[in-house]
Amino acid sequence: MTDLFQVVVFVALVLATAPVLGKHLFQVFDGQPQPLFDRWLTPLENGVLRLVGERGRPAEQAWDYLRPLLLSNLLFGLLALAFLLLQPPWLNPQGLPPMRWDTALHTAISFLTNTDQQHYTPEQSLSDLSQLGALQFLFFTSAATGLAVGFAFIRGLCGRPLGNFNSDLIRAITRVLIPLSFLFALVLLVNGAPMTLAGPVTLKTLEGADQILVRGPVAGYEAIKQIGENGGGFFGANSAHPFENPNPFTNLLAMVAMFAVPAATIDAFGRFLGNRRQATLLLLLVTVLFLALAAVAIGAEQSGNPLLAAWLSGPNLEGKEVRFGAGITALFATITTGSMTGAVNGAMDSLLPLGGLVPLFNLFLQVIFGGQGTGVAYLLVFLILTVFLTGLMVGRTPELFGRKVEKGEIVWSSLILLIHPLFVLVPAAITLAYAPTLSGISNPGSHGISQVVYEYASASANNGSGFEGLGDGTLWWNLSTIVSLLGGRYLPIAALLLLAAGFARKTKVPPGPGTLATDTALFTMVTGVVILILGALTFFPVLALGPIAEAFSLIGAP
Amino acid sequence: MSVLREAFKALRLTAVLWLLTVVIYTLPLLAVGQGLFPAQANGSLLRNAGGQVLGSSLIGQPFASDRYVWSRPSAVDYSTGKTAPTSAPSNLGPTNPDLVKRIRETAATYAQAGIARPAADLLYASGSGLDPHITPEAARQQIPRLAAARSLPSAQLEQLILRHTQGRVLGLIGEPRVNVLTLNHALDQQRP
Repeated sequence: MTDLFQVVVFVALVLATAPVLGKHLFQVFDGQPQPLFDRWLTPLENGVLRLVGERGRPAEQAWDYLRPLLLSNLLFGLLALAFLLLQPPWLNPQGLPPMRWDTALHTAISFLTNTDQQHYTPEQSLSDLSQLGALQFLFFTSAATGLAVGFAFIRGLCGRPLGNFNSDLIRAITRVLIPLSFLFALVLLVNGAPMTLAGPVTLKTLEGADQILVRGPVAGYEAIKQIGENGGGFFGANSAHPFENPNPFTNLLAMVAMFAVPAATIDAFGRFLGNRRQATLLLLLVTVLFLALAAVAIGAEQSGNPLLAAWLSGPNLEGKEVRFGAGITALFATITTGSMTGAVNGAMDSLLPLGGLVPLFNLFLQVIFGGQGTGVAYLLVFLILTVFLTGLMVGRTPELFGRKVEKGEIVWSSLILLIHPLFVLVPAAITLAYAPTLSGISNPGSHGISQVVYEYASASANNGSGFEGLGDGTLWWNLSTIVSLLGGRYLPIAALLLLAAGFARKTKVPPGPGTLATDTALFTMVTGVVILILGALTFFPVLALGPIAEAFSLIGAP
Repeated sequence: MSVLREAFKALRLTAVLWLLTVVIYTLPLLAVGQGLFPAQANGSLLRNAGGQVLGSSLIGQPFASDRYVWSRPSAVDYSTGKTAPTSAPSNLGPTNPDLVKRIRETAATYAQAGIARPAADLLYASGSGLDPHITPEAARQQIPRLAAARSLPSAQLEQLILRHTQGRVLGLIGEPRVNVLTLNHALDQQRP
């Protein structure tokens, strides 16, 4: 009952903030005169633009948008890598040594791609300077890169020029990410997230044991970690750690923070298109899909583990915190994987089979609100494919938003959808073929297959959560997931920009009697079916080998 | 030439954004934290009368003595001992035989202590390995043991547990919970 109430409160908060934040995003990325409440940020934005020397000339070709994106991302990554490889003595209270080269490279790329897989224990590996200078920096820039691509794609689909990457990147940071994160950080701080550079406290517990409490500038880090859909923890336990997520109230806000920007981006898309009904229907579609998946996950965790019935009863609390409980941890798991955040407030590895299937399924689909900026783009790619499929079925010319959907759009869309399984299934197959030497599987049976597939799905989807029992701190895991991280990030970005630039150049055709309306409930339902079929069909075999097989093994258990 | 110009622009962009997102964003938060909310900003530390740090009211500690309320199992022993600081769950899968074995052994420990069927959270390891809380039921189950070890009346222990219990936010968000460390600290002050 309380689970149901908390789900309702959560969804209500997301849907209520979406139009408010969506309007703001529209004004920011449409370059419209700013409303009073954030006009005070204009000098900051203009100052940064002037310092950088960006005059904001819009890109004519996709390459004009992509080139500065790749160039700046390369420099962001190199700067972060330098911090991790050198780890100087400044702001390094524990005197931690530099990271091993392959872990540093994996970490830099993982955070650069908005993924935040962590193949290290933060408490034992990173100085405060590295947490701030490398990771918090990439939190902002990777989220802003995603937002920029999302809005360039939206502009293209609405028949406009793609825009200017550097301006979009700077605006995303100065007007969206910093203000939201700053407010959230203050709330976290008041609720108990530390904000200090004083280093760890060593103490004697009440029973006389030595305990080391690592502290740090957590509140500010944590806020952008959630708002930017990044997800890499300041501590190993991530959002389960009481310093990152002190109580149920911060947990609720952390959940809303993960969905706030992607939901608002869908709303902003409707404003760009001049058809808010289209955006509202898409928002409702992903909300319904999300609720169905959350119900499966919560139901699974609440039903408990039948193997342990001899000693205990009730919901599965392994790897979960008492202050959140089983239901809310399952809800958090559904949100963090749907939104490509990857923060966890409990152990994903210890979820029951169906509780673990939902996150994995989310990573395969990538659109249940989806990543920062890229989520709405993938959703619109599904819309393009649905227009094409239904057009074929009823014999009408496929058109979307007044422009013809032709060969180019279908090729790029198909490519975008095929990149993901390529970077998940191929490396997973290689790793499982040499399982004893390469895989580092820690849980026997079908669950081990889930561990391996999950790690690559999380890398390629740029999510970052994991079945963390996996022994992934090895050269093989670091290097092989780098391929999935980069492939799952930059190839779709390039394809999205090419698709959008080509689409914007098409001449607008007035809607005729043969035009299929896309802003109807029926068409939205068909889009939902297409998402489920394409997502499920591609990955069904691995789902059957992993979580589904494990679920069957529990049926009839003592 | 134009490539060079773009590269310099990207360099300036990197430098300016680094200053903005690392220095300019963080410093005011540090100032607010240290200036206005020093207790929270420094880790919600719990001190004794002499000012010595006993722990953090947000971070759990391990307890084995009969005189204390016991915490949940932790995969990292609450980051104690000589090991480097850490936080982690057990990451045991639901069908892993090691999970069944651990639950059975922990249940046996509680059976020896006179609790035949302990609350589930006393057997399941936490998500952070540092969970400061147990459920109110788990705390109440330990009253007989505490009452015997400390020669305190059960009613007084019941009262004490209630005082260290937090309910749901607005009665609906989160789960009711008892803070083990602050409760045990209060127990020590009852009868030193």
